[in-house]
Amino acid sequence: MTTTLNDAIGWARKYSIFQYPFVTACCGMEYMSTACAHYDVDRFGAGFPRFSPRQSDVLFVVGTISHKLAPVLKKVYDQMCEPKWVVAFGVCTCTGGFYDNYATVMGIDTLIPVDVYIPGCPPRPENVLDGLMKLQEKIQSQKQEI
Amino acid sequence: MLSLAERLKEKFPNIVTGVLDLKGYPTVVVKKEGIKGFLRSLKDDPEFGFNFLMDLSAVDYLFWEEKEFRFEIIYNLFSLSKNQRLFVKVPLPEADPAIDSVTSVWASANWYEREVWDMFGVRFNGHPNLKRILMYEEFKGHPLKKDYRYNQRQPLIGPLN
Repeated sequence: MTTTLNDAIGWARKYSIFQYPFVTACCGMEYMSTACAHYDVDRFGAGFPRFSPRQSDVLFVVGTISHKLAPVLKKVYDQMCEPKWVVAFGVCTCTGGFYDNYATVMGIDTLIPVDVYIPGCPPRPENVLDGLMKLQEKIQSQKQEI
Repeated sequence: MLSLAERLKEKFPNIVTGVLDLKGYPTVVVKKEGIKGFLRSLKDDPEFGFNFLMDLSAVDYLFWEEKEFRFEIIYNLFSLSKNQRLFVKVPLPEADPAIDSVTSVWASANWYEREVWDMFGVRFNGHPNLKRILMYEEFKGHPLKKDYRYNQRQPLIGPLN
């Protein structure tokens, strides 16, 4: 049972994650698999993707980010309202992955702050759900700004 | 009956410098002077009828010591009426990598030539809109040239890493 206002707000926030899927590459298939009925991300209260950054809480960056696309990602992140979190989905968004070339951003944490890294090429849905639960723990335990 | 490439060599002796056979595909090596007129006649002459420019690309031969030139432009032509394919190769020197644009012959050459400019730095004289197509405007250099350092970073925003 929650005992303080801080815990109560954290409880509410972690079970009502409105996500913005920023899907650019093959990781999107795993994202769809996770979001659909078989793995059912709605069990965690995160089954409601919003396709406007102004209505979303969590930015799922799914797939390789190129330098040409980097300003777009930054703009989407800047448009989101506080409180907001970022999930780096797949190894390309974590570190650049196997790309080391003229086009690819070597990890989105060079552009925007990241809360949860989900490595894998692509990560399995179980791995994604594990990352989502870690994000929920993080949301619950942090100081809730109102 | 002469092959297609040999017929071309006979008909354009001043432009066609060599005839190759690459895996069964007829291929001619052509001087860059007069390339536009040569390709124009390949398209318009009913004997050839190459009405389809399937691809236009380039190769950087920087580390090939036996090659006397730096770049090679490759036109991949196809004749829909004769079901016939032809490769046209044009060597370009390192000092002045420029060639006449063929956008007035095949409109589809527009984006191909922009891509070759973007990736290899080969200029196309007479192109209506020769600017980068894949990389962003602020990008410096041409990434598919062999002397471009592959792991150098040019971020639009954010710190270097």
